[in-house]
Amino acid sequence: MNSLLEVSGVSVSFDGFRAINNLSFQIGPAELRAVIGPNGAGKTTFMDIVTGKTRPDAGRVLFGEKSISLLKRSEAEIARIGVGRKFQRPTVFEDQTVTDNLMMALKAARGPWKVLFWRPGAAEHARVRELAARVGLAEALARKSGELSHGQKQWLEIGMLLAQEPRLLLVDEPAAGMTLAEREQTTAMLVDLAKTRAVVVVEHDMEFVRRLGCKVTVLHEGSVLAEGSIDHVTADPRVIEVYLGR
Amino acid sequence: MDFLRKNPSVLWFLAILAVFTLAVTLMAPGTGSGAISTSFVKTLGKTLCLAMVALAMDLVWGYAGILSLGHMAFFAIGGYMIGMWQMYARTEEIVITSLAQSPIPPTATEIHQGIASQIFGVVGSSHMPEIWYFAHSLPAQLALVVLVPALLALVFGWLAFRSRVAGVYLSILTQAMTLALALWLFQNDSGLRGNNGLSGLQNIPGLGKVAQETLSVWFFWASALALALAYLLLAWVVSGKFGSVIRAIRDDEQRVRFLGYPVEGFKLFVFALTAVIAGIGGALYYPQAGIINPAELAPIASIYLAVWVAIGGRGRLYGAVMGAVIVSLLSSWFTGGRVPDVPLGFATIHWVDWWQVLLGLAFVLVTLFAPRGLGGLVDLVTGLHPPRRHGAALGPDSGSLQEREAQE
Repeated sequence: MNSLLEVSGVSVSFDGFRAINNLSFQIGPAELRAVIGPNGAGKTTFMDIVTGKTRPDAGRVLFGEKSISLLKRSEAEIARIGVGRKFQRPTVFEDQTVTDNLMMALKAARGPWKVLFWRPGAAEHARVRELAARVGLAEALARKSGELSHGQKQWLEIGMLLAQEPRLLLVDEPAAGMTLAEREQTTAMLVDLAKTRAVVVVEHDMEFVRRLGCKVTVLHEGSVLAEGSIDHVTADPRVIEVYLGR
Repeated sequence: MDFLRKNPSVLWFLAILAVFTLAVTLMAPGTGSGAISTSFVKTLGKTLCLAMVALAMDLVWGYAGILSLGHMAFFAIGGYMIGMWQMYARTEEIVITSLAQSPIPPTATEIHQGIASQIFGVVGSSHMPEIWYFAHSLPAQLALVVLVPALLALVFGWLAFRSRVAGVYLSILTQAMTLALALWLFQNDSGLRGNNGLSGLQNIPGLGKVAQETLSVWFFWASALALALAYLLLAWVVSGKFGSVIRAIRDDEQRVRFLGYPVEGFKLFVFALTAVIAGIGGALYYPQAGIINPAELAPIASIYLAVWVAIGGRGRLYGAVMGAVIVSLLSSWFTGGRVPDVPLGFATIHWVDWWQVLLGLAFVLVTLFAPRGLGGLVDLVTGLHPPRRHGAALGPDSGSLQEREAQE
């Protein structure tokens, strides 16, 4: 199978502590994948490496058909290549309106000169309205995003990620702090997104992962412990030991 | 004009500036009744130049969140660049007149030599330094007014932003930059007359016959025009997506990187653009001040600039102008020695000394109780009230709220 993202043999240590140890990971172009693991398993470091925030000591990270190496690139370059990232805490620009937030995320040239002369046309406004409607914020376009509720901010951030049109979406604990209804909506949204792009969901919550109904990768001490369906991995004695044994 | 319709404060600003300019013109001794003195016209013209550099400071600090404490260095560089031409050209006039009396017509080398010893005699030199290579040419020096600050800002910014120096460390670095420049200029062999600086800048070469009272009004007009253009430019810059991006960088630059924007490139762009605006402001300021010396680049000058913008209100352009105009005019009033002392019995308040205390107090009070600064007064007039958030600020930096308040 052709993979969109291929991580192989990646290791990174912080002050002698091996956060990621010879990790290999692959994901296809339109696939939903959940990454689970106990605290300190290296989930966040894994995302940091893919998005260029952390440089690994060894290994390869290749992206797309042309197998572009992501290792030497800055965060902004990697984002432009097509990797979007959603943080655990909703990070929207609270001082700006929902429209401004979405406009900023909309796929367009990113250089300072281009941005300076860029003005939104009818097509861009329509696209922003469409995105807002998709994440349930159609009525809130003119509001400052700081005024939105926690769940709405999460969705706005997902809307911004959609506006970026990434080919790979990394989502960190999307369900944290959400109400049950919001969780259901988020699950549906993620499943829907994965039809057209690769989505990696990093999650703590087994119940939420079960709902996603996708292939699961279990990380432990910086490497892959098990991979397969949720029932398969939860039946794995090593997984049970890691999750329940201590 | 879609832009003006969406930004009504721009029209208001331009209208107020136009009325102010007209009023000063009608009262100036050169063009009007003479109700105000020539020196006051110059003070007002200088104030407009300070407002211009305050605009630049607001873009770089209030919008992009880069607390640069070195922008007055760019302002002074602009002054030095125009001052070099002025000194050269005026000395040239004098040398040519004096050499005209000699029986043999002077050669170009003799004239050049004469100019050099006239200008640099004061620092014990009669040699024209290389950095004066273009000083004979007004267009070249005008180009340098823009190019030198831009280049310095690009090199400094590239080094600092590339290494992701931010926050207070960047502020310290910019202080170091302006201090280093000042110390270099203080040296006699830096080629810019050491601590004497450049003087006699109120005399414009080729305009010797124009009286100062007329010249002061011309410079006032030029300053007002430059301020208006700078305001229009910056209002346009911050009105679109560029403004959105730099405000986003101020609030969470890591997130902006993950959106794919080259944050360092934006910071560099803003830093250089504001350096250029500061340089142009300086080139208009120092001919009105008459003298420039390395003390103008002292670190405290740039700190004052930050204080003006903070008192005026960060993150809105007219706030910066209000802060610079009001604080610098008050400052020249208090330090002018014409404010009556206040005898308290046990002590006497001499405003020349106590003004600094008052300013410091005002800064602390504004920061604590009115983070929107003087610009916040405009919100009261227009009836724009921030929603009660019970102490919780909207966004990470309550001092940087935008003109458009949230709807509730």
